[in-house]
Amino acid sequence: MFYLSLFFQYASQYLKTRLTYRVDMVIEILSDLLSQGVNLIFILIVFRHTAFLGGWNRDEIIFIYGFFLVPYAIFSSFFNIWDFNERYIVKGEMDRILTRPVHSLFQIILERIELESLFGAITGLLVMGYAMANLELTFVWYDILIFILMVIGGALIYAGIFISIATIGFWSDSRTDIMPMMYNISNYGRYPINIYNKVIQFVLTWILPFAFVGVYPASYFLNREEWYGYAFFTPVMGLLFFGIAILLWNAGVKRYRGAGN
Amino acid sequence: MSMYLEMIRVRFLMMLAYRTNYYSGILIYSINIGAYYFLWSAIYGGKEEIQGLSVAQMTTYVAVAWMARAFYYNNIDREIAAEIKDGKVAIEMIRPYNYLGMKTMQALGEGIFRLLFFSVPGMIIVTLIFPVRFDASVTTWLFFFISLVFSFIVNTHINLLTGIMTFFLFNNTGLIRAKRVVIDLFSGLLLPISFYPEWAQTVMSYLPFQAISYVPSMIFTEGFVGQEIYHALLTQIVWVIILLIPIRLLWSLAKKHLIVQGG
Repeated sequence: MFYLSLFFQYASQYLKTRLTYRVDMVIEILSDLLSQGVNLIFILIVFRHTAFLGGWNRDEIIFIYGFFLVPYAIFSSFFNIWDFNERYIVKGEMDRILTRPVHSLFQIILERIELESLFGAITGLLVMGYAMANLELTFVWYDILIFILMVIGGALIYAGIFISIATIGFWSDSRTDIMPMMYNISNYGRYPINIYNKVIQFVLTWILPFAFVGVYPASYFLNREEWYGYAFFTPVMGLLFFGIAILLWNAGVKRYRGAGN
Repeated sequence: MSMYLEMIRVRFLMMLAYRTNYYSGILIYSINIGAYYFLWSAIYGGKEEIQGLSVAQMTTYVAVAWMARAFYYNNIDREIAAEIKDGKVAIEMIRPYNYLGMKTMQALGEGIFRLLFFSVPGMIIVTLIFPVRFDASVTTWLFFFISLVFSFIVNTHINLLTGIMTFFLFNNTGLIRAKRVVIDLFSGLLLPISFYPEWAQTVMSYLPFQAISYVPSMIFTEGFVGQEIYHALLTQIVWVIILLIPIRLLWSLAKKHLIVQGG
Protein backbone atom coordinates (compact mmCIF):
# COMPACT_ATOMS: atom_id res chain seq x y z
CA MET A 1 0.00 0.00 0.00
CA PHE A 2 2.88 2.30 0.90
CA TYR A 3 4.51 1.42 -2.42
CA LEU A 4 1.30 2.18 -4.28
CA SER A 5 0.75 5.62 -2.77
CA LEU A 6 4.42 6.42 -3.32
CA PHE A 7 4.01 5.41 -6.93
CA PHE A 8 1.09 7.78 -7.48
CA GLN A 9 2.90 10.62 -5.78
CA TYR A 10 5.93 10.14 -8.00
CA ALA A 11 3.70 9.86 -11.06
CA SER A 12 1.93 13.15 -10.35
CA GLN A 13 5.23 14.81 -9.57
CA TYR A 14 6.57 13.51 -12.84
CA LEU A 15 3.67 14.94 -14.80
CA LYS A 16 4.29 18.34 -13.24
CA THR A 17 7.94 18.36 -14.26
CA ARG A 18 7.12 17.20 -17.75
CA LEU A 19 4.49 19.85 -18.23
CA THR A 20 7.09 22.51 -17.54
CA TYR A 21 8.70 21.74 -20.88
CA ARG A 22 5.52 21.29 -22.85
CA VAL A 23 6.97 21.73 -26.33
CA ASP A 24 9.56 19.11 -25.63
CA MET A 25 6.97 16.65 -24.34
CA VAL A 26 4.86 17.06 -27.45
CA ILE A 27 7.92 16.57 -29.64
CA GLU A 28 8.83 13.48 -27.66
CA ILE A 29 5.40 11.92 -28.08
CA LEU A 30 5.53 12.80 -31.77
CA SER A 31 8.98 11.27 -32.07
CA ASP A 32 7.67 8.06 -30.51
CA LEU A 33 4.85 8.07 -33.03
CA LEU A 34 7.39 8.73 -35.74
CA SER A 35 9.55 5.78 -34.82
CA GLN A 36 6.49 3.53 -34.74
CA GLY A 37 5.54 5.00 -38.09
CA VAL A 38 8.99 4.21 -39.46
CA ASN A 39 8.62 0.55 -38.55
CA LEU A 40 5.22 0.43 -40.18
CA ILE A 41 6.61 2.12 -43.28
CA PHE A 42 9.35 -0.50 -43.38
CA ILE A 43 6.76 -3.27 -43.37
CA LEU A 44 4.58 -1.53 -45.97
CA ILE A 45 7.52 -0.93 -48.32
CA VAL A 46 8.86 -4.44 -47.96
CA PHE A 47 5.45 -5.83 -48.89
CA ARG A 48 5.44 -3.77 -52.08
CA HIS A 49 8.12 -6.19 -53.26
CA THR A 50 6.87 -9.48 -51.80
CA ALA A 51 3.54 -11.06 -50.83
CA PHE A 52 4.72 -13.25 -47.94
CA LEU A 53 7.41 -13.12 -45.31
CA GLY A 54 8.18 -16.67 -44.20
CA GLY A 55 4.57 -17.64 -44.89
CA TRP A 56 2.99 -14.66 -43.12
CA ASN A 57 1.14 -12.02 -45.09
CA ARG A 58 1.28 -8.26 -44.75
CA ASP A 59 -1.59 -7.82 -42.30
CA GLU A 60 -0.36 -10.62 -40.04
CA ILE A 61 3.05 -8.94 -39.81
CA ILE A 62 1.35 -5.63 -39.08
CA PHE A 63 -0.70 -7.31 -36.35
CA ILE A 64 2.44 -8.77 -34.76
CA TYR A 65 4.01 -5.31 -34.77
CA GLY A 66 0.88 -3.77 -33.23
CA PHE A 67 0.86 -6.37 -30.49
CA PHE A 68 4.56 -5.85 -29.78
CA LEU A 69 3.95 -2.12 -29.21
CA VAL A 70 1.68 -2.72 -26.20
CA PRO A 71 4.07 -4.59 -23.85
CA TYR A 72 6.89 -2.45 -25.18
CA ALA A 73 5.03 0.73 -24.21
CA ILE A 74 4.52 -0.57 -20.68
CA PHE A 75 8.16 -1.55 -20.45
CA SER A 76 9.46 1.81 -21.63
CA SER A 77 7.14 3.74 -19.33
CA PHE A 78 8.26 2.02 -16.16
CA PHE A 79 11.65 0.44 -16.72
CA ASN A 80 13.97 3.17 -17.86
CA ILE A 81 17.19 1.67 -16.67
CA TRP A 82 19.17 1.72 -19.88
CA ASP A 83 21.50 4.38 -18.46
CA PHE A 84 21.62 2.88 -14.97
CA ASN A 85 25.39 2.46 -15.03
CA GLU A 86 26.23 6.04 -15.94
CA ARG A 87 23.47 7.66 -13.99
CA TYR A 88 23.62 5.71 -10.76
CA ILE A 89 26.89 3.81 -10.48
CA VAL A 90 29.45 6.15 -12.05
CA LYS A 91 27.91 9.27 -10.55
CA GLY A 92 27.51 7.62 -7.15
CA GLU A 93 23.74 8.20 -7.09
CA MET A 94 23.26 4.62 -5.99
CA ASP A 95 24.43 5.62 -2.49
CA ARG A 96 21.42 7.88 -2.19
CA ILE A 97 19.06 5.20 -3.52
CA LEU A 98 20.20 2.76 -0.85
CA THR A 99 19.24 5.16 1.93
CA ARG A 100 15.62 5.18 0.77
CA PRO A 101 13.03 3.12 2.64
CA VAL A 102 11.86 1.12 -0.38
CA HIS A 103 13.52 -1.60 -2.43
CA SER A 104 16.34 -0.01 -4.45
CA LEU A 105 15.01 -1.22 -7.79
CA PHE A 106 11.55 0.14 -7.03
CA GLN A 107 13.05 3.50 -6.07
CA ILE A 108 14.87 3.71 -9.41
CA ILE A 109 11.74 2.73 -11.30
CA LEU A 110 9.89 5.54 -9.51
CA GLU A 111 12.53 8.10 -10.36
CA ARG A 112 12.71 7.12 -13.98
CA ILE A 113 9.08 6.69 -15.03
CA GLU A 114 8.24 8.11 -18.43
CA LEU A 115 4.48 8.01 -18.57
CA GLU A 116 4.22 9.53 -22.02
CA SER A 117 5.55 6.29 -23.50
CA LEU A 118 2.14 4.75 -22.71
CA PHE A 119 0.86 6.46 -25.85
CA GLY A 120 2.63 3.66 -27.69
CA ALA A 121 0.07 1.22 -26.33
CA ILE A 122 -2.71 3.22 -27.96
CA THR A 123 -0.85 3.20 -31.25
CA GLY A 124 -0.39 -0.54 -30.85
CA LEU A 125 -4.10 -1.14 -30.27
CA LEU A 126 -4.98 0.97 -33.31
CA VAL A 127 -2.48 -0.88 -35.49
CA MET A 128 -3.86 -4.21 -34.25
CA GLY A 129 -7.37 -3.02 -34.93
CA TYR A 130 -6.45 -2.08 -38.47
CA ALA A 131 -4.84 -5.47 -39.11
CA MET A 132 -7.74 -7.33 -37.48
CA ALA A 133 -10.24 -5.57 -39.69
CA ASN A 134 -8.26 -6.53 -42.80
CA LEU A 135 -7.86 -10.12 -41.65
CA GLU A 136 -11.49 -10.33 -40.48
CA LEU A 137 -10.38 -11.79 -37.16
CA THR A 138 -12.94 -12.42 -34.46
CA PHE A 139 -12.37 -12.68 -30.74
CA VAL A 140 -14.30 -13.88 -27.71
CA TRP A 141 -14.57 -12.26 -24.27
CA TYR A 142 -11.81 -14.30 -22.60
CA ASP A 143 -9.38 -13.28 -25.34
CA ILE A 144 -9.18 -9.92 -23.60
CA LEU A 145 -7.99 -11.62 -20.41
CA ILE A 146 -5.48 -13.67 -22.38
CA PHE A 147 -4.35 -10.50 -24.10
CA ILE A 148 -3.71 -8.80 -20.76
CA LEU A 149 -1.77 -11.84 -19.50
CA MET A 150 0.34 -11.95 -22.65
CA VAL A 151 1.06 -8.23 -22.46
CA ILE A 152 2.15 -8.44 -18.84
CA GLY A 153 4.30 -11.46 -19.68
CA GLY A 154 5.94 -9.60 -22.55
CA ALA A 155 6.60 -6.48 -20.50
CA LEU A 156 8.15 -8.60 -17.73
CA ILE A 157 10.43 -10.34 -20.22
CA TYR A 158 11.65 -6.98 -21.47
CA ALA A 159 12.07 -5.69 -17.94
CA GLY A 160 13.86 -8.86 -16.87
CA ILE A 161 16.37 -8.72 -19.69
CA PHE A 162 17.14 -5.03 -19.32
CA ILE A 163 17.37 -5.12 -15.53
CA SER A 164 19.71 -8.11 -15.78
CA ILE A 165 21.94 -6.20 -18.16
CA ALA A 166 21.84 -3.13 -15.96
CA THR A 167 23.14 -5.18 -13.05
CA ILE A 168 26.42 -5.60 -14.94
CA GLY A 169 27.04 -2.09 -13.61
CA PHE A 170 27.45 -3.53 -10.11
CA TRP A 171 30.38 -5.64 -11.25
CA SER A 172 32.00 -3.32 -13.77
CA ASP A 173 31.49 0.43 -13.86
CA SER A 174 33.10 1.02 -17.24
CA ARG A 175 31.01 2.22 -20.14
CA THR A 176 29.31 -0.39 -22.21
CA ASP A 177 27.47 -0.37 -25.49
CA ILE A 178 25.38 -3.42 -24.75
CA MET A 179 22.20 -1.52 -23.89
CA PRO A 180 21.68 0.32 -27.20
CA MET A 181 22.55 -2.82 -29.11
CA MET A 182 20.06 -4.80 -27.06
CA TYR A 183 17.38 -2.44 -28.25
CA ASN A 184 18.33 -3.31 -31.82
CA ILE A 185 18.23 -7.02 -31.14
CA SER A 186 14.89 -6.74 -29.37
CA ASN A 187 13.36 -5.58 -32.63
CA TYR A 188 13.70 -9.02 -34.14
CA GLY A 189 10.95 -10.40 -31.96
CA ARG A 190 8.59 -8.39 -34.14
CA TYR A 191 9.20 -10.55 -37.16
CA PRO A 192 8.18 -14.18 -37.61
CA ILE A 193 10.68 -16.37 -35.82
CA ASN A 194 10.73 -18.94 -38.62
CA ILE A 195 12.65 -16.67 -41.01
CA TYR A 196 15.77 -16.94 -38.86
CA ASN A 197 18.12 -19.91 -38.66
CA LYS A 198 18.06 -22.42 -35.81
CA VAL A 199 20.68 -20.68 -33.67
CA ILE A 200 18.95 -17.31 -33.77
CA GLN A 201 15.56 -18.96 -33.19
CA PHE A 202 17.02 -20.57 -30.10
CA VAL A 203 18.52 -17.30 -28.83
CA LEU A 204 15.30 -15.36 -29.41
CA THR A 205 13.29 -18.06 -27.65
CA TRP A 206 15.39 -19.06 -24.66
CA ILE A 207 18.33 -16.68 -24.10
CA LEU A 208 17.04 -13.26 -25.08
CA PRO A 209 13.41 -14.30 -25.43
CA PHE A 210 12.20 -11.32 -27.45
CA ALA A 211 10.10 -13.63 -29.60
CA PHE A 212 7.76 -13.91 -26.59
CA VAL A 213 7.05 -10.21 -26.81
CA GLY A 214 5.88 -10.24 -30.40
CA VAL A 215 5.42 -13.15 -32.68
CA TYR A 216 4.66 -15.96 -30.18
CA PRO A 217 1.82 -14.35 -28.25
CA ALA A 218 0.48 -12.63 -31.37
CA SER A 219 0.18 -15.98 -33.13
CA TYR A 220 -2.51 -16.97 -30.62
CA PHE A 221 -4.72 -14.13 -31.79
CA LEU A 222 -3.89 -14.87 -35.42
CA ASN A 223 -5.13 -18.47 -34.91
CA ARG A 224 -1.74 -19.92 -35.89
CA GLU A 225 -2.15 -23.11 -33.92
CA GLU A 226 1.35 -24.41 -34.62
CA TRP A 227 2.69 -21.73 -32.24
CA TYR A 228 0.11 -22.07 -29.45
CA GLY A 229 2.51 -23.94 -27.15
CA TYR A 230 4.94 -21.05 -27.21
CA ALA A 231 2.18 -18.47 -27.03
CA PHE A 232 0.85 -19.79 -23.73
CA PHE A 233 4.35 -19.99 -22.33
CA THR A 234 4.66 -16.17 -22.52
CA PRO A 235 3.56 -15.33 -18.93
CA VAL A 236 5.76 -18.13 -17.56
CA MET A 237 8.80 -16.76 -19.38
CA GLY A 238 7.93 -13.29 -18.09
CA LEU A 239 7.88 -14.40 -14.46
CA LEU A 240 11.01 -16.49 -14.94
CA PHE A 241 13.11 -13.74 -16.50
CA PHE A 242 11.86 -11.07 -14.15
CA GLY A 243 12.61 -13.35 -11.20
CA ILE A 244 16.16 -13.94 -12.42
CA ALA A 245 16.62 -10.18 -12.83
CA ILE A 246 15.53 -9.53 -9.24
CA LEU A 247 17.93 -12.17 -7.94
CA LEU A 248 20.78 -10.66 -9.96
CA TRP A 249 19.85 -7.20 -8.75
CA ASN A 250 19.84 -8.19 -5.08
CA ALA A 251 23.16 -9.98 -5.50
CA GLY A 252 24.56 -6.88 -7.19
CA VAL A 253 23.35 -4.52 -4.48
CA LYS A 254 25.06 -6.69 -1.87
CA ARG A 255 28.27 -6.38 -3.79
CA TYR A 256 27.95 -2.62 -4.39
CA ARG A 257 30.79 -0.59 -2.92
CA GLY A 258 30.16 2.87 -4.32
CA ALA A 259 32.12 4.58 -7.04
CA GLY A 260 31.13 8.22 -6.86
CA ASN A 261 32.35 11.02 -4.68
CA MET B 1 45.14 23.53 -36.40
CA SER B 2 47.37 21.44 -34.12
CA MET B 3 44.91 22.26 -31.37
CA TYR B 4 42.12 20.54 -33.30
CA LEU B 5 44.33 17.57 -34.10
CA GLU B 6 44.96 17.28 -30.40
CA MET B 7 41.20 17.18 -29.78
CA ILE B 8 40.88 14.27 -32.19
CA ARG B 9 43.74 12.50 -30.45
CA VAL B 10 42.38 13.03 -26.95
CA ARG B 11 38.93 11.73 -27.85
CA PHE B 12 40.52 8.78 -29.63
CA LEU B 13 42.56 7.93 -26.55
CA MET B 14 39.53 8.37 -24.35
CA MET B 15 37.64 5.84 -26.42
CA LEU B 16 40.67 3.57 -26.44
CA ALA B 17 40.65 3.45 -22.66
CA TYR B 18 37.26 1.78 -22.80
CA ARG B 19 37.97 -0.47 -25.78
CA THR B 20 37.16 -3.77 -24.08
CA ASN B 21 33.51 -2.79 -24.06
CA TYR B 22 33.55 -2.67 -27.80
CA TYR B 23 34.23 -6.37 -28.25
CA SER B 24 30.77 -7.18 -26.99
CA GLY B 25 29.48 -4.41 -29.23
CA ILE B 26 30.98 -6.01 -32.32
CA LEU B 27 29.35 -9.29 -31.46
CA ILE B 28 25.97 -7.70 -31.02
CA TYR B 29 26.39 -5.61 -34.19
CA SER B 30 27.05 -8.83 -36.08
CA ILE B 31 23.92 -10.40 -34.64
CA ASN B 32 22.09 -7.30 -35.76
CA ILE B 33 23.38 -7.53 -39.34
CA GLY B 34 22.64 -11.24 -39.25
CA ALA B 35 19.01 -10.73 -38.34
CA TYR B 36 18.67 -8.29 -41.24
CA TYR B 37 20.30 -10.87 -43.45
CA PHE B 38 17.59 -13.38 -42.58
CA LEU B 39 14.87 -10.78 -42.92
CA TRP B 40 16.06 -9.84 -46.41
CA SER B 41 16.52 -13.48 -47.43
CA ALA B 42 12.89 -14.08 -46.47
CA ILE B 43 11.80 -10.95 -48.32
CA TYR B 44 13.61 -12.08 -51.47
CA GLY B 45 12.16 -15.60 -51.15
CA GLY B 46 13.01 -17.08 -54.54
CA LYS B 47 13.36 -13.76 -56.36
CA GLU B 48 16.57 -13.12 -58.30
CA GLU B 49 16.58 -9.39 -57.73
CA ILE B 50 14.48 -6.51 -56.44
CA GLN B 51 15.02 -3.00 -57.81
CA GLY B 52 18.27 -4.07 -59.47
CA LEU B 53 19.85 -5.48 -56.29
CA SER B 54 20.47 -9.19 -55.91
CA VAL B 55 20.14 -10.84 -52.51
CA ALA B 56 23.96 -10.97 -52.24
CA GLN B 57 24.21 -7.25 -52.99
CA MET B 58 21.46 -6.59 -50.49
CA THR B 59 23.31 -8.47 -47.74
CA THR B 60 26.47 -6.52 -48.52
CA TYR B 61 24.44 -3.32 -48.56
CA VAL B 62 23.13 -3.99 -45.07
CA ALA B 63 26.55 -4.97 -43.69
CA VAL B 64 28.31 -1.95 -45.20
CA ALA B 65 25.55 0.42 -44.14
CA TRP B 66 25.88 -0.69 -40.51
CA MET B 67 29.65 -0.70 -40.48
CA ALA B 68 29.71 2.77 -42.04
CA ARG B 69 27.25 3.89 -39.39
CA ALA B 70 29.82 3.03 -36.73
CA PHE B 71 32.05 5.67 -38.33
CA TYR B 72 29.64 8.53 -38.95
CA TYR B 73 27.43 8.03 -35.91
CA ASN B 74 28.10 10.16 -32.85
CA ASN B 75 26.29 11.69 -29.92
CA ILE B 76 27.57 15.26 -30.16
CA ASP B 77 24.00 16.53 -30.40
CA ARG B 78 23.32 15.03 -26.99
CA GLU B 79 26.64 16.30 -25.64
CA ILE B 80 25.93 19.83 -26.85
CA ALA B 81 22.45 19.69 -25.34
CA ALA B 82 23.89 18.55 -22.00
CA GLU B 83 26.53 21.29 -22.01
CA ILE B 84 23.96 23.93 -22.79
CA LYS B 85 21.66 22.70 -20.05
CA ASP B 86 24.28 22.63 -17.31
CA GLY B 87 25.77 25.94 -18.42
CA LYS B 88 29.16 24.56 -19.42
CA VAL B 89 28.70 26.03 -22.86
CA ALA B 90 29.23 29.55 -21.49
CA ILE B 91 32.74 28.61 -20.41
CA GLU B 92 33.39 26.79 -23.67
CA MET B 93 32.46 29.93 -25.58
CA ILE B 94 35.15 32.07 -23.97
CA ARG B 95 37.84 29.51 -24.68
CA PRO B 96 40.21 30.23 -27.59
CA TYR B 97 38.67 27.82 -30.07
CA ASN B 98 35.54 27.37 -32.05
CA TYR B 99 33.08 25.40 -29.95
CA LEU B 100 31.37 23.72 -32.88
CA GLY B 101 34.76 22.97 -34.43
CA MET B 102 35.83 21.30 -31.21
CA LYS B 103 32.69 19.16 -31.13
CA THR B 104 33.28 18.13 -34.75
CA MET B 105 36.85 17.12 -33.94
CA GLN B 106 35.72 15.09 -30.96
CA ALA B 107 33.20 13.35 -33.18
CA LEU B 108 35.95 12.63 -35.68
CA GLY B 109 38.19 11.15 -32.99
CA GLU B 110 35.32 8.93 -31.94
CA GLY B 111 34.59 7.99 -35.55
CA ILE B 112 38.18 7.04 -36.32
CA PHE B 113 38.29 4.95 -33.18
CA ARG B 114 35.13 3.08 -34.10
CA LEU B 115 36.31 2.62 -37.68
CA LEU B 116 39.53 0.92 -36.52
CA PHE B 117 38.31 -0.99 -33.50
CA PHE B 118 34.74 -1.65 -34.44
CA SER B 119 34.10 -1.60 -38.18
CA VAL B 120 37.26 -3.42 -39.27
CA PRO B 121 37.02 -6.40 -36.88
CA GLY B 122 33.25 -6.32 -37.32
CA MET B 123 33.58 -6.59 -41.09
CA ILE B 124 35.95 -9.55 -40.74
CA ILE B 125 33.53 -11.38 -38.46
CA VAL B 126 30.57 -10.63 -40.69
CA THR B 127 32.43 -11.86 -43.79
CA LEU B 128 33.16 -15.14 -42.03
CA ILE B 129 29.52 -15.77 -41.12
CA PHE B 130 27.44 -14.32 -43.92
CA PRO B 131 27.77 -14.30 -47.71
CA VAL B 132 28.94 -10.69 -47.75
CA ARG B 133 31.29 -9.63 -50.54
CA PHE B 134 34.09 -7.25 -49.63
CA ASP B 135 36.16 -7.97 -52.74
CA ALA B 136 35.25 -4.72 -54.49
CA SER B 137 37.85 -3.15 -56.78
CA VAL B 138 40.38 -0.60 -55.54
CA THR B 139 38.56 2.29 -57.20
CA THR B 140 35.29 1.25 -55.58
CA TRP B 141 36.97 1.21 -52.18
CA LEU B 142 38.46 4.62 -52.92
CA PHE B 143 35.12 6.15 -53.90
CA PHE B 144 33.55 4.47 -50.90
CA PHE B 145 35.99 6.09 -48.49
CA ILE B 146 35.59 9.51 -50.11
CA SER B 147 31.84 9.29 -49.79
CA LEU B 148 32.20 8.00 -46.22
CA VAL B 149 34.05 11.18 -45.26
CA PHE B 150 31.25 13.27 -46.75
CA SER B 151 28.60 11.19 -45.00
CA PHE B 152 30.41 11.86 -41.74
CA ILE B 153 30.39 15.60 -42.41
CA VAL B 154 26.72 15.71 -43.40
CA ASN B 155 25.70 13.66 -40.36
CA THR B 156 27.82 15.82 -38.06
CA HIS B 157 26.30 18.97 -39.56
CA ILE B 158 22.85 17.63 -38.78
CA ASN B 159 23.93 16.72 -35.25
CA LEU B 160 25.34 20.20 -34.68
CA LEU B 161 22.07 21.71 -35.87
CA THR B 162 20.09 19.46 -33.56
CA GLY B 163 22.39 20.32 -30.66
CA ILE B 164 22.16 24.05 -31.28
CA MET B 165 18.38 23.81 -31.22
CA THR B 166 18.69 23.26 -27.46
CA PHE B 167 19.35 26.99 -27.15
CA PHE B 168 15.81 27.61 -28.36
CA LEU B 169 13.94 24.56 -27.02
CA PHE B 170 15.86 24.32 -23.69
CA ASN B 171 15.22 20.59 -23.51
CA ASN B 172 15.38 18.74 -26.76
CA THR B 173 15.66 15.03 -26.05
CA GLY B 174 12.54 14.62 -28.16
CA LEU B 175 14.03 16.34 -31.16
CA ILE B 176 17.23 14.33 -30.85
CA ARG B 177 15.24 11.10 -30.85
CA ALA B 178 13.12 12.20 -33.76
CA LYS B 179 16.22 13.12 -35.72
CA ARG B 180 17.74 9.70 -35.18
CA VAL B 181 14.60 7.94 -36.38
CA VAL B 182 14.34 10.17 -39.44
CA ILE B 183 17.97 9.52 -40.33
CA ASP B 184 17.59 5.75 -39.97
CA LEU B 185 14.67 5.77 -42.35
CA PHE B 186 15.53 8.46 -44.88
CA SER B 187 19.27 7.86 -45.05
CA GLY B 188 18.81 4.43 -46.58
CA LEU B 189 20.15 2.53 -43.58
CA LEU B 190 17.05 0.38 -43.19
CA LEU B 191 15.91 0.33 -46.80
CA PRO B 192 17.66 1.38 -50.00
CA ILE B 193 16.02 4.54 -51.30
CA SER B 194 15.28 2.75 -54.58
CA PHE B 195 12.78 0.50 -52.75
CA TYR B 196 10.49 3.41 -51.94
CA PRO B 197 7.57 4.43 -54.17
CA GLU B 198 8.44 6.96 -56.88
CA TRP B 199 6.91 9.97 -55.14
CA ALA B 200 8.80 9.26 -51.92
CA GLN B 201 12.06 8.95 -53.84
CA THR B 202 11.43 12.35 -55.36
CA VAL B 203 10.84 13.89 -51.94
CA MET B 204 13.97 12.27 -50.51
CA SER B 205 16.14 13.46 -53.36
CA TYR B 206 15.58 16.98 -52.01
CA LEU B 207 16.64 16.01 -48.47
CA PRO B 208 20.18 15.70 -47.12
CA PHE B 209 19.67 12.33 -45.45
CA GLN B 210 20.47 10.05 -48.40
CA ALA B 211 23.97 11.56 -48.39
CA ILE B 212 24.57 9.82 -45.06
CA SER B 213 24.02 6.14 -45.73
CA TYR B 214 22.50 5.43 -49.14
CA VAL B 215 25.35 6.96 -51.18
CA PRO B 216 28.31 5.14 -49.58
CA SER B 217 26.43 1.83 -49.41
CA MET B 218 25.30 2.01 -53.04
CA ILE B 219 28.83 2.90 -54.16
CA PHE B 220 30.24 -0.06 -52.28
CA THR B 221 27.73 -2.62 -53.53
CA GLU B 222 28.21 -1.24 -57.05
CA GLY B 223 24.57 -0.33 -57.21
CA PHE B 224 25.93 2.97 -58.52
CA VAL B 225 28.27 2.75 -61.50
CA GLY B 226 30.10 5.23 -63.74
CA GLN B 227 28.39 8.58 -63.98
CA GLU B 228 26.06 7.79 -61.07
CA ILE B 229 28.99 7.73 -58.64
CA TYR B 230 30.14 11.23 -59.53
CA HIS B 231 26.60 12.49 -59.37
CA ALA B 232 26.12 10.96 -55.93
CA LEU B 233 29.38 12.40 -54.61
CA LEU B 234 28.43 15.80 -55.98
CA THR B 235 25.10 15.64 -54.11
CA GLN B 236 27.00 14.93 -50.91
CA ILE B 237 29.34 17.90 -51.46
CA VAL B 238 26.39 20.19 -52.14
CA TRP B 239 24.81 19.16 -48.84
CA VAL B 240 28.07 19.61 -46.96
CA ILE B 241 28.08 23.24 -48.13
CA ILE B 242 24.35 24.01 -47.86
CA LEU B 243 24.09 22.79 -44.28
CA LEU B 244 26.81 25.20 -43.18
CA ILE B 245 24.39 28.09 -43.70
CA PRO B 246 21.74 27.21 -41.07
CA ILE B 247 24.48 26.20 -38.64
CA ARG B 248 26.15 29.61 -38.95
CA LEU B 249 22.85 31.47 -38.70
CA LEU B 250 21.50 29.55 -35.71
CA TRP B 251 24.82 29.66 -33.91
CA SER B 252 25.16 33.44 -34.10
CA LEU B 253 21.51 33.78 -33.10
CA ALA B 254 22.07 31.35 -30.22
CA LYS B 255 25.03 33.29 -28.88
CA LYS B 256 22.81 36.33 -28.50
CA HIS B 257 19.99 34.30 -26.95
CA LEU B 258 22.01 32.25 -24.51
CA ILE B 259 20.13 31.51 -21.31
CA VAL B 260 22.14 29.41 -18.91
CA GLN B 261 19.74 27.17 -17.03
CA GLY B 262 22.05 26.11 -14.28
CA GLY B 263 25.67 25.72 -13.30
